[in-house]
Amino acid sequence: MTLRTVEMALATTGVDAAGHPARVPLGLSDENGAYREDLGAERMLVNLGPQHPATHGVLRLVLELEGETVKRCIPHIGYLHSGFEKLGEYRQYNQIIPLTDRTDYLSPMANNVGLALAVEALMGIELTERCKVLRVIACEMSRIISHLVWLGTTGIDLGAFTPFLWSFQERERIYNLQESWTGARLTTSLTRVGGLMADIPEGWEAGLREFTSSFPKTLEEVDTMFTRNAIWIGRTQGVGALTADEAINFSLSGPMLRASGVDYDVRKDRPYLDYETYDFDVPVGEYGDIYDRYRVRLEEMTQSNRILEQALDRLSRLKGAPINVSDPRVVLPPKSRAMSDMEAMIFHFKQVMEGIKPPAGEVYLGVENPKGELGYYIVSDGTSKPVRWRIRPPSFINLASLPTMCEGSLLSDVIAINASVDIVMGEVDR
Amino acid sequence: MSSISPSVAALRSQFGAAIERHLVSSAQTIVYVSRDRLHDVLAWLKDTPGQDFNYLTDVTAVDYRDPERPLEVVYQLRSLGRRADLRIKVALDKSAPLEVRTVYDLWRGADWLEREVFDMFGVSFTGHPDLRRILMWETYAEGYPLRKDFPLRGHFSRAEQTRQALAANPEAHYSLEELSMAEAYGELPQDMQERLARGERGFLK
Repeated sequence: MTLRTVEMALATTGVDAAGHPARVPLGLSDENGAYREDLGAERMLVNLGPQHPATHGVLRLVLELEGETVKRCIPHIGYLHSGFEKLGEYRQYNQIIPLTDRTDYLSPMANNVGLALAVEALMGIELTERCKVLRVIACEMSRIISHLVWLGTTGIDLGAFTPFLWSFQERERIYNLQESWTGARLTTSLTRVGGLMADIPEGWEAGLREFTSSFPKTLEEVDTMFTRNAIWIGRTQGVGALTADEAINFSLSGPMLRASGVDYDVRKDRPYLDYETYDFDVPVGEYGDIYDRYRVRLEEMTQSNRILEQALDRLSRLKGAPINVSDPRVVLPPKSRAMSDMEAMIFHFKQVMEGIKPPAGEVYLGVENPKGELGYYIVSDGTSKPVRWRIRPPSFINLASLPTMCEGSLLSDVIAINASVDIVMGEVDR
Repeated sequence: MSSISPSVAALRSQFGAAIERHLVSSAQTIVYVSRDRLHDVLAWLKDTPGQDFNYLTDVTAVDYRDPERPLEVVYQLRSLGRRADLRIKVALDKSAPLEVRTVYDLWRGADWLEREVFDMFGVSFTGHPDLRRILMWETYAEGYPLRKDFPLRGHFSRAEQTRQALAANPEAHYSLEELSMAEAYGELPQDMQERLARGERGFLK
């Protein structure tokens, strides 16, 4: 007799017609769909999440097990759905920036940069040099903190506690810098269309210099701890592997795509913020397994550190340069001028009352975020609020490959594979 | 800024009238394709040497503020080898059923992306093997949130939304807690039985 899981049980409501709580089938059916009372001798359904520390947020996986082997994995998402895209349609462009903080909340500054770049592309705004350098710094700081969270939590998932402490200690240093720049640790809202919310405070560069000079040492320690560690290798090599063709077919992006051997990095192939003028390498894996994803992310942190050092050198040459464009359509004139100059006052009034108005049209702009390619697709009808604001969420698209990676592996590997995708549920569910 | 993708000319000579129109916005080419030939066009773009749009960046939809204007399903394509992008759109008249053929057979990445468009806009993708709601729960009854005729705060009152959300109780499906609760139903205190019978959960007032 062949057995089939009762997937339809997902649609049962909690209460039957008489008002009594319905018994939810947890078991197997035979070919005719008849429900078998026992839990099934051969296969078992296990519900993992949504409140499980190793699912990295409110992800729920329903796993069909045969012994310890996963036969089927059905992810359920949406527990953190906030309707950001709908909300964005009722907000002006600069008011959308706080929403982007809350999608991938492990790299808020990089999200802010992506949205501002998309609106600027729609309006044809050319940024100032200092703004570009500061935005690069924001993006690379975000990449480092996001990868550090990934490293620490994945280590914990696989039983290594020490690197978690190291990585969170380093992460804290960046968070302190982030806080002194933007005033917030998480809800940074760093960018504005045409520039930045604020310039860096006095002496801030010295803090980042100190970080970039000592951070490689931590990476070396992590490298010593993990890269040739027999337990780590045993848990990660050959697990959850995807070939290059599969990775492309699943539309994966970021470290997930590159670990499978596809050399595509938005910073190199569709440069924005003058990334083509920075000297850095893009690590590419070979086998597409968890170990390669680890190697890729570890190397990306080293490369981000390199970019940060170069950006700091450029910043020292741009002392006192403006961070905002001098475009009265998008940037408020200085208060002193708005109070004394008629024209400046009109621009001030129009911007405050009506908001920024990009021309009618649409744009898709992708940026290389820590999780993968974050894309913003904006459709404008010439008013101050977008017709459609779409986030291409890298976590969501990468997570869609999870069932394929899990099926046939052991239950304990599901935790490792899920960790290697590096999801953040705020972005998956939006 | 009028850098039209060379793929447009190739598409026109291959598919003729099925290519409805094209335009350029922010130096990005957009091609409108008739719904009947959409799958053929995407398959051709994916597999033809010289086009090689092997990467499906995104699938989404746009509902315009003008209620007369058709809803558009948007496919953002990329050729990883040639580093080229192309946006394909199909316009769906809102008076007819919103249906498009799935591209799941071309790109597995379309699986969740199409489910999201179905969930948020109500476009059904024919041939999709698992077209269920993805972000909203499966018994969600208010409609399609990203449609322009869907109000920001939803169709139902706050109380009704809460009641439905709790009755849907998506986490309880399959869960052992729900099972044990059902078996222990007769032993529960009277007021809790009544609350459960009304479909209430948690701290509902």
